Amino acid sequence: MYDVLIIGAGASGCAIARELSRYELSVCVVDRESDVCEGTSKANSAIVHAGFDCVPGTLKAKLNVRGSEMMPELSKQLDFAFLNNGALVLCFDEAQIGGLEELAERGRKNGVKGVKVISGDEARAMEPALTDEVAAALYAPTSGIVCPFELTIALAENAFENGAEFRLGCNVTDIRKTDSGFTVLTDKGELEAKAVVNAAGVYADKLHAMVSTQPLKITPRRGEYMLLDKDAGGLVEHTIFQQPTKMGKGILVSPTVHGNLLLGPTAEDIDDKENTATTRGGLSEVRAKAGLSVKGIPFGKAITGFTGLRAVGDTHDFIIGECPDAKGFVDVAGIESPGLTSAPAIGEYVRDIVVGILSPAEKSSFKSERKGITHMAALSVEEKNEMIKKDPAYGTIVCRCEGITEGEIREAIYRPLGATTLDGVKRRTRAGMGRCQAGFCSPKTMALIAEKLGIGIGEVKKNGVYGSEVSVDA
Amino acid sequence: MREFDLAVIGGGPAGMAAAISAREAGIENIVIFERDTRLGGILNQCIHNGFGLHTFKEELTGPEYAERYAVRVEELGIPYELGTMVLDISKDKTVTIISPSRGVETVKAKAIVLAMGCRERPRGALGIPGFRPQGVYTAGTAQKLVNCEGVIPGKEVVILGSGDIGLIMARRMTLEGAKVRAVVELMPYSSGLKRNIVQCLDDYGIPLMLSHTVVDIKGKEKLEGVYVAAVDEKNNPVPGTEEYFPCDTLLLSCGLIPENELSRSAGVALSPLTNGPYVDESLETDIEGVFACGNVLHVHDLVDFVSEEAVRAGRNAAEYIKGKPANPGEPVEVIPCNGVRYTVPSRLYTQSVTEGVHIRFRVTGVYKGASIVVKCGDDELFRRKGRIFVPSEMLDVVIKPEKLTGVTGRITVEIEEGAK
Repeated sequence: MYDVLIIGAGASGCAIARELSRYELSVCVVDRESDVCEGTSKANSAIVHAGFDCVPGTLKAKLNVRGSEMMPELSKQLDFAFLNNGALVLCFDEAQIGGLEELAERGRKNGVKGVKVISGDEARAMEPALTDEVAAALYAPTSGIVCPFELTIALAENAFENGAEFRLGCNVTDIRKTDSGFTVLTDKGELEAKAVVNAAGVYADKLHAMVSTQPLKITPRRGEYMLLDKDAGGLVEHTIFQQPTKMGKGILVSPTVHGNLLLGPTAEDIDDKENTATTRGGLSEVRAKAGLSVKGIPFGKAITGFTGLRAVGDTHDFIIGECPDAKGFVDVAGIESPGLTSAPAIGEYVRDIVVGILSPAEKSSFKSERKGITHMAALSVEEKNEMIKKDPAYGTIVCRCEGITEGEIREAIYRPLGATTLDGVKRRTRAGMGRCQAGFCSPKTMALIAEKLGIGIGEVKKNGVYGSEVSVDA
Repeated sequence: MREFDLAVIGGGPAGMAAAISAREAGIENIVIFERDTRLGGILNQCIHNGFGLHTFKEELTGPEYAERYAVRVEELGIPYELGTMVLDISKDKTVTIISPSRGVETVKAKAIVLAMGCRERPRGALGIPGFRPQGVYTAGTAQKLVNCEGVIPGKEVVILGSGDIGLIMARRMTLEGAKVRAVVELMPYSSGLKRNIVQCLDDYGIPLMLSHTVVDIKGKEKLEGVYVAAVDEKNNPVPGTEEYFPCDTLLLSCGLIPENELSRSAGVALSPLTNGPYVDESLETDIEGVFACGNVLHVHDLVDFVSEEAVRAGRNAAEYIKGKPANPGEPVEVIPCNGVRYTVPSRLYTQSVTEGVHIRFRVTGVYKGASIVVKCGDDELFRRKGRIFVPSEMLDVVIKPEKLTGVTGRITVEIEEGAK
């Protein structure tokens, strides 16, 4: 019997696991996929939102601002990439400038520092690539960008190091209330827990319905993106938004922490919780709308396109709390934007709820710091040579586009909660994430994974447990 | 700091031939930097035959062709460093390398030959919508898996793009027991060589669907199939023509991109037409003493022509090292005109020309009964009629030096159409 079972190893689930690992609690995270960060957390805008567009007084507003405050320090503690690059929200119509003022006012009410409305010319002075149609902009200096994979993996690894257990490739099929808590049925057998945290993203409504009769509906909102080569990453420095609508924050143009240029997302409510396909129409909408904000986007430099599903609740706010008709079952549902930003704050918030239920003692041994995978490209020549001297594998470049060495890939595979798939290696090291999109490095990376897992190269998987092998018998 | 007369970046067919010719021209202090664990580059995974007909008058496999040059490199005692990746080249010809044995090291060279080859265009650059399942590979990655790792990516295959690697892989996958359902090509003509269409598709009954493309990819985790549709003149899919092909493997052979990240970091000017450096008739880039050859310069059809070009680059690099005086006078610009996509070189120093000047290029479409015409103003410098010119073949004309005497300004290369 676990004290707490967390369903969903996305950013929220892993942040909650980390916070709970501060206590004398047995914590287990289950996820149907073979790795953490396989759902909504892996396919989003990667923005640390300042918090000006949440309605004051909502949970979203509170957790966004808190998450945004936590992010710089957390990125140092847990060693993940974060950059405070600031954001501009563009207004293309003089008549709509009032909307920007309203956003600025909301920002001030939410406690966001430094937001102000500037003219189109002032905005173009900050970002010369903005189009001439920009009439005014809201400037939010505290906005930032983060690597969502690194963030989630770092939270998971730190939770793991502090004793949280992870059962990956384990799909929850049903949950039953018992006298002492819950029995969670999975395709890998039954698990028992005193408390259950439902952080299952677009599936949170299904899990909720297993224990509760209270209505909860999650609608997947599809968002399509394009990612451009690092050659294009310098086109803008800030994250460029358009004035928000009912469907979200519009199409953004943003550099990523690793120097690519990200365009998207579209916003389309769909029924299918698995539909992460891109569409011709979606990608052309991304191109058209991104072009309204920024001039000269080199769309020909696209290296990939992807689709994420935002988990949109029916209350327009995050739905976080203990189920009134299922004590000990805590929903963490409707975590759409600004979910990634809020994740660390969601961790604290849910920790307090669970601590309230179970009243555990704090651990004295909690380690708040986590060291990430070596990033050779970021080291000085002396540091690189020291690494290579200790282990020559750090002198062999496997991914030529991103300059990732065999040593870094080995670290990703051999560390606790390490990568077992090509995508796992990619998200941990960036090997395969560059302009050739794993064309050259796949065979070598597959060989390294196969060696660790003791399987044939042809048995190495690209992604989750639901995928079959990369190849058939040779 | 180690110093070299000549540093050759890349130990594939271009790099080896350049190093050999520079040594044969008297340059002793040469190094070849090769990132792989052996010389030969991409030829090592090209186990099919058909290489060397021009160079050796016999049909060799890729590894055999590479072997001929690797043996010569050994015979001449040309030093090469394997497992060595070049991280950076600077304008003053310092080269930063990384390797397990030497770590990060900066070396200096009097001259550099760029011979880094090219890479394949990935799915994202093609903008094919759909899921991102396992089972989608570039043809070259699949070739490496099959030929070098003994791993067969799947049993039912669709190939998008009719580039030569795709055609070769259609045959390879068939021979390995897979069913290749179709090769789908966006353009109304193949981008691969005629002989490959005959020997790799026709001989195995594999259909080539011209003016078609993949419009959707099905299967969330594992590829289940693709939708193929016809395209109109503007290459837009025609609604209602979609056809579903169940498959577990989609191979992409949709173009090669010269790999010039290092050239760019060195400040070498690159042509948007070739994605390779601008060079003059000696294959020198706009940075003095930096030469380029092979697929890093422009994508070739046959390796034999890579070798031939590299020999010239190596010899000219040797001349440079030996103190050849700077190019006299202003260069003549070479302008691709009607039907010609690009030219290599893009400029000629006509006053220093002592031998025939090669101008290499590709045509923009299929031309039957047309002529290649090279002109300076109204003066015709060269004319050759051909039965058929196709984009998949690199064309090569040689302008005699006496034709270039006194030529200034610009010369044009064009296709004078017969019947299209």
